Amino acid sequence: MYRLALVFSLILFCICAVPAAFGQQPAVLRAAEAQASGGIPADTRIDVLEQQIRTLAEEVALLRGELKALRDAKSTDAAPEGRVLLASSHIEPGTVSSGSAIGAPEAIPQVPQTQAAGGAQPQTYGGATSNAKLLNPDISLIGDFIGTAGHNAVSPSRSLELHESEVGMQAIIDPYARADAFISFGETGVNVEEGYVTFTSLPAGLLLKVGKMRAAFGKVNTIHNHALPWIDRPLATNNLVGGEDGIDDAGISLSRFIAAPKGWFLEGTAQVYRGDSDDVFSAYRRQDLNVVGHLRGYRDLSESTNLDLGLSYARGNSAGLGTALNPSNFFTNLYGADATLRWKPLRRAIYKNLLLRTELFWSARDQLSPVNIFQTQHAFGMYSSAEYRVNRRWTVGGRFDRSGHAANANLTDTGFSGILTYWPSEFSQVRGQYRFGHLALANPGDFSNANEFLFQFLFVMGAHGAHPF
Amino acid sequence: MHRCSLVTRLAAIFTALAFSITLLAAASAEAAGKIQVMTATTDLASLAQEVGGDKVDVESVARGYQDPHFVDAKPSFLLKLKRADLLIVVGLELEIGWLPPLINQSTNPKIQVAAPGYLDASRFARILEIPTGQVTRAEGDVHPLGNPHYWLDPENGLRIAKGIADKLSEMRPGDAAYFAQRYSDFEQRLKQADQRWLEEMKPYAGRKIVTYHRSWPNFAEHFHLNVVGYVEPRPGIPPSPQHTVELIQLMKRESVKVIVVEPYFDLKTPNAVARETGAQVLVLPPSVGGEKEITDYFKLFDYDISKLKQAFDATH
Repeated sequence: MYRLALVFSLILFCICAVPAAFGQQPAVLRAAEAQASGGIPADTRIDVLEQQIRTLAEEVALLRGELKALRDAKSTDAAPEGRVLLASSHIEPGTVSSGSAIGAPEAIPQVPQTQAAGGAQPQTYGGATSNAKLLNPDISLIGDFIGTAGHNAVSPSRSLELHESEVGMQAIIDPYARADAFISFGETGVNVEEGYVTFTSLPAGLLLKVGKMRAAFGKVNTIHNHALPWIDRPLATNNLVGGEDGIDDAGISLSRFIAAPKGWFLEGTAQVYRGDSDDVFSAYRRQDLNVVGHLRGYRDLSESTNLDLGLSYARGNSAGLGTALNPSNFFTNLYGADATLRWKPLRRAIYKNLLLRTELFWSARDQLSPVNIFQTQHAFGMYSSAEYRVNRRWTVGGRFDRSGHAANANLTDTGFSGILTYWPSEFSQVRGQYRFGHLALANPGDFSNANEFLFQFLFVMGAHGAHPF
Repeated sequence: MHRCSLVTRLAAIFTALAFSITLLAAASAEAAGKIQVMTATTDLASLAQEVGGDKVDVESVARGYQDPHFVDAKPSFLLKLKRADLLIVVGLELEIGWLPPLINQSTNPKIQVAAPGYLDASRFARILEIPTGQVTRAEGDVHPLGNPHYWLDPENGLRIAKGIADKLSEMRPGDAAYFAQRYSDFEQRLKQADQRWLEEMKPYAGRKIVTYHRSWPNFAEHFHLNVVGYVEPRPGIPPSPQHTVELIQLMKRESVKVIVVEPYFDLKTPNAVARETGAQVLVLPPSVGGEKEITDYFKLFDYDISKLKQAFDATH
């Protein structure tokens, strides 16, 4: 009997070390110790011990119940009996996991409270899953590796290059705004390709963007390199609309849907930029701003076919007027028109689709002629592109290019490309492009032919971005 | 000097234009009365219609026969989203490729993420296949928050309906009794129907099937089917020859006789596998509207279960 009592008290010590929080237990324990050391009859002691064990068993049951309730609240895998009303939905007190409620009535009311406060299982929109990372932005990196072979005497590119590594960070800032930043690490340095905040909750249906943005001038100017249907950009972009980065500047953009005839979607965008965009606009003084206006019209022709039209205008001070006396008096006006026809049957959207697109650009550039006389060069450029998805993994495409030079409208480049794209998955892409160019040389009438083969590997890591449309 | 002032004037004109357009259109938008509900998918639309009755106008962005991962963010949806009082989404990153840009551009403060008019239905549902441990895209286009095809379990349907009813009551406290009544009516009908469906599927408990995509875990669990393989080697990755050979071996070994294919997938590989294994290819819509006659949530299960029964009977 004595040994039994000893063993019991030993076990009690062990158990009590754990739930030290429960105030009454140590007191009970101390009493038991006192009894064990004093010479009280064994029967009484055993009775006391038995009672203590019973109390402890109750405590353990209570703790178990609490633990289970907590677990249920945390995971969406509810106990089978709690199926219809789930942990995450609205639970009335008392309906939670009846199994755990035994002998622990005071533990139950806490459960719905924690659930109400926690608002069910944490949800992110495309973000990390571990709690510590919940407030991080959605981060992605897109690697764009380009190789070029063949002959191009006019604008040769390097044989192999990691053309760009674009880090994207996107997050909701507060209930009224979200922000997007795309930082591009290129062969020549780092460039904030875009970084802007979008105010989504403005009155009167206005959408305001502030930051550095690709201007809403036509279609191709708004598209990031990795989302293009080609490896390069059209000749017209390079000759007239500022090269690879295009019109990409710090500014403010305001857009709004416009009341339209039934079936049409109209959107107007007005933007003001500082006026510095490579090769096309330069701000010589603070007030040399660049304005951009865009009108988009869209219509569903059927469930699978739609038409997307756009008119664009941009005005700023001509770039590259190093020696001009009063450069702020020299302007470049750009006019653009774009049309896109998409066909994508919904039942086979991932296997078959077709996109036809044409963009036209007119440039009127004030500059000094070689003999230092004020002149305006009127150049025209365009491209037409088609891409057809043959099956889930393959797309074929083609593009025709023609463009004058902004600074010398007498010089016109012509080119065409054939493109073949393969997608191992949604997150990588392999592309080949054959490109022919009939490129104007400095003397009018002299041309150089370029025959090139380009290939590209794209890879995406991190957050799943939006699909291009 | 007059040139530069022209630029400023132009900027001013642009701004003025945008504002005046604003005022013009603002007046026409507000349609009083019904709650305008937009949903990401047709299943959520059907559930919202069940509990909302004639107090709501419901429309879905995606169609039932469309792959819900790949919906185009068409501007025509923007006009509808702009007018919405409530947007119900599937969540769990199912719509990640197309819904965020639509929400951002909708210029509708009511339906922005976490605004009062934004409802993530996955909050109410029991989610399966939540990955544990390391999550990488070596597993294909994994959904780190769990399988988003959770609506294919009537119990989840009920939970979502309850969530929607509560949300509608919150938005229109005056109609709370109406929504509660609609919900309890729906609950009763769904429970009855579910009993019937379970009864119908009982003889086929434990049957092994192969599915194209991982769209069916909740359905399979509820109706006691056993999904043993997938036509896709990994979610979102098209079938590969090697995987197809392995799948054929697996199906022969496990004597799987039914291949379930969602209506938006190519039938070439499933047909080839079926020829090799003597199995039957069954095009089974996972969503309301996947076939013309599937006009609501009840008919979705009616249709799928009757098709499954036919297929099981024919192959046994």
